[in-house]
Amino acid sequence: MDDPFIIAGEAFSSRLIMGTGGAPSLDVLDRALAASGTELTTVAMRRVDPASTGSVLDLIAARGIKVLPNTAGCFTAAEAVRVARMARAALGTNWVKLEVIADEHTLLPDPVELLDAAEQLVADNFTVLPYTNDDPVLARRLEQVGCAAVMPLGAPIGSGLGIRNQHNIELIVESATVPVVLDAGIGTASDAAIAMELGCAAVLLATSVTRARDPELMAEAMRLAVASGRLAFLAGRVPRRRYARASSPPAG
Amino acid sequence: MQVVINGRPHQASGAMSLAQAVALLTTAASGVAAAVNGEVVRRPAWESTPLADGDQVEVLTAVQGG
Repeated sequence: MDDPFIIAGEAFSSRLIMGTGGAPSLDVLDRALAASGTELTTVAMRRVDPASTGSVLDLIAARGIKVLPNTAGCFTAAEAVRVARMARAALGTNWVKLEVIADEHTLLPDPVELLDAAEQLVADNFTVLPYTNDDPVLARRLEQVGCAAVMPLGAPIGSGLGIRNQHNIELIVESATVPVVLDAGIGTASDAAIAMELGCAAVLLATSVTRARDPELMAEAMRLAVASGRLAFLAGRVPRRRYARASSPPAG
Repeated sequence: MQVVINGRPHQASGAMSLAQAVALLTTAASGVAAAVNGEVVRRPAWESTPLADGDQVEVLTAVQGG
């Protein structure tokens, strides 16, 4: 069925956004990206290493995937704004996955710095996709300052703990008028399916694929899970009941 | 004069442009951004941007992440 994922006016047929972090090699990453069917993938910005060989950008371009730079590693709004501007200059895109984290231990977003950075970047004509806490109020504030999506975490980055507060994700989905992308915390395929069943527009994940025993196989699992969860959401699940309801006719 | 490129001091014997500083690190034709003292300089202006003693140059590119 035709059910495009539209973000900032751009349509994608895949609702799986795959990050490139954590893959053991560019070759493994390439095969996982292909198996995931993703059309949008994240990269980080770092100082040029003269000794490095092979470019993740070449690989992404060869697959025809849109690149989404992030501001990973930034602790303040000022740092994140600076990195976003560098990314725009390097990659020629005004899209940014905005990350402003509070500490290395939890990698949880710092809400005050995040909102400040989002406001500055929107004013500078960026398409801002903020990685945020699973806080419906913060999500609303991010939307109000002009973010093109909100991307609440299911659990801390790389934890694989799944969606710890499904109720909050539902609250965010209910009130948002921009796409809600479940970002971070996915451990396995069922987590991705649940995110989509809760009404998220897309799922962003990296670790659960790139650090799986078989990244290519897990990427395919995630592709199917996201697609299945989306179909289930559109189909409308049956209500939960306390007691049985016969599925065969009682009479005859 | 001395400039700092990606955190490392570099002694230049004469005038040095931002393009020359970037070329010390990479020959990539795209995917690279440069800033001088925190201000992003667009690629077409690298050649015409002279560096001054004490300038801090940052040269970034995309790596796996996120």
